[in-house]
Amino acid sequence: MSASEGSVVSIAGLTKVFGNGGVTALQEIDLEIERGEFVSMIGPSGCGKSTLLRIVGDIVEPTEGDVTVNGKPARRARLDRDYGIVFQAPVLYDWRTVAKNIALPLEMGGWDRAKRAARVREMLELVELTGFEKHHPWQLSGGMQQRVSIARALSFSPALLLMDEPFGALDEMTRERLNLELLRIWAETGSTVIFVTHSISEAVFLSTRVVVMSPRPGRVASVVQVDLAQPRTAATREEPRFFELVTEVRESLHATGADEVEETLPAEGEIA
Amino acid sequence: MAFRRILSRALVFVVVLGGLWAVWEGYKWLWERTGWSKPFRVDDLTLPHVHSILLQLGKPTSTGDDLWLYLLHSALFTARAAAVGFLFGAAVGFALGVVLAHFDVLRRGVMPYVVASQTIPILALAPIVVRGLGSVSIGGGPPPDWARVAVIAAYLTFFPVTVNTMRGLLSADPWALELMHSYAARGWTTLWKLRVPSALPYIFTALKIAATASVVGAIIGEQTASISNGLGGAILNFNQYYVLEPTDLWATNLFAAMLGIGFFLVVLVAEKVIVHRAPERLV
Repeated sequence: MSASEGSVVSIAGLTKVFGNGGVTALQEIDLEIERGEFVSMIGPSGCGKSTLLRIVGDIVEPTEGDVTVNGKPARRARLDRDYGIVFQAPVLYDWRTVAKNIALPLEMGGWDRAKRAARVREMLELVELTGFEKHHPWQLSGGMQQRVSIARALSFSPALLLMDEPFGALDEMTRERLNLELLRIWAETGSTVIFVTHSISEAVFLSTRVVVMSPRPGRVASVVQVDLAQPRTAATREEPRFFELVTEVRESLHATGADEVEETLPAEGEIA
Repeated sequence: MAFRRILSRALVFVVVLGGLWAVWEGYKWLWERTGWSKPFRVDDLTLPHVHSILLQLGKPTSTGDDLWLYLLHSALFTARAAAVGFLFGAAVGFALGVVLAHFDVLRRGVMPYVVASQTIPILALAPIVVRGLGSVSIGGGPPPDWARVAVIAAYLTFFPVTVNTMRGLLSADPWALELMHSYAARGWTTLWKLRVPSALPYIFTALKIAATASVVGAIIGEQTASISNGLGGAILNFNQYYVLEPTDLWATNLFAAMLGIGFFLVVLVAEKVIVHRAPERLV
């Protein structure tokens, strides 16, 4: 409880090797995440940022090192249902209505019917989908489905929200709107977020800190503190400080020697 | 709107039925008129008129009942054995599918025998099963005839259900499985809340195959066990007198077909009620 006082996530000396003496995906990662932070992880494809997220969520086991969530080992935190997870795809259950999809983790947590219904109503309001509770997932647009997925992840008020490129499959307009919505939800719920993304501007716009990772084996190359004022609005994207920070993150990425950056970020591509 | 859809479906059904009737009678007329003998000679013995088959239903049989009543009783007898066999086979098939999907080692060890069970001709196996069960005593006597036939029907039913249940359970989305893992869900919870719902479309496909197979299984079971109360007995009986009255056998086939279709429709309706999925799109 000494080093991780106030930390929601504490990662120390984390290394992940896939297979027997095979590919080293992550090497010697150290990272502390405070309560209420919004931390983005950015890096070229294959730098292990998704793997890092999965290790924090105890979906993948680390080879070496420790991960503590809320002062507990990651496994204990998972068993205590300390985090909600949002994937790149909405991963909704086709056979359940929107309301029942959001209620899924509540059923697991043994909430009674009345409490579940009340909570689902609140969540629908939070993601602005009131009126769609009886719809099935396939009747919604991609953006709406991802909002249901976020509502499901937040429904049981987990201390930590893990998001793995949640808006990667959406068009730019929807993505920017959901960025704003996510920031509003983050402010309202006061949760801590770890957010994996490919997009530099998305990372800067959303985060309080951006963790830049190097290509394989993944390491923390640099951490950029984002000092943009809260709450952020559409106008934030036009502030000079926003562009400065985007440039700073981009240069950090190039400094890692990530040749794949141009490939994966064509819109932001700039030869170093 | 719904009414118009039902009406248009009924219309299509009637038109197709009329078309089949026209092909039947047209073929008969042409072959009889020209005297062609390829692929076979056509006369009232090999291909009776559709209306003679239907008229035959109203005529009395040697039992005293009209043919339609006799066939109705036979069909109900067979239906009971087939339905019980279907339910039993589906339950066993589902349970086996669940077990095999969960235990890799067991799957590799048991699956070859499950497959082998289906390569044994049912004609060779049915008499053994029916006789074997005849010597078993349950509640002071051997199981009733229809129950023995039901076992044969179940034997034909379980296989597609096992294979598809297994395939369906293993088809659950990997991300959805990670999601359940993140909720610290137990194996049973993941099974009921994710794997089984994911498998339902696969299971219903198997149940549709099994529904018609169970009727065939029951008929063959009756024949090999020399049980004469069902459609299997009726087919054997009318087969002997085919030269005298071919329409009796054709009418029996008609009832057997309707029974199979009935079973299929019950499964179809159950699927519509139970499975909620995105509407299928055919490109």
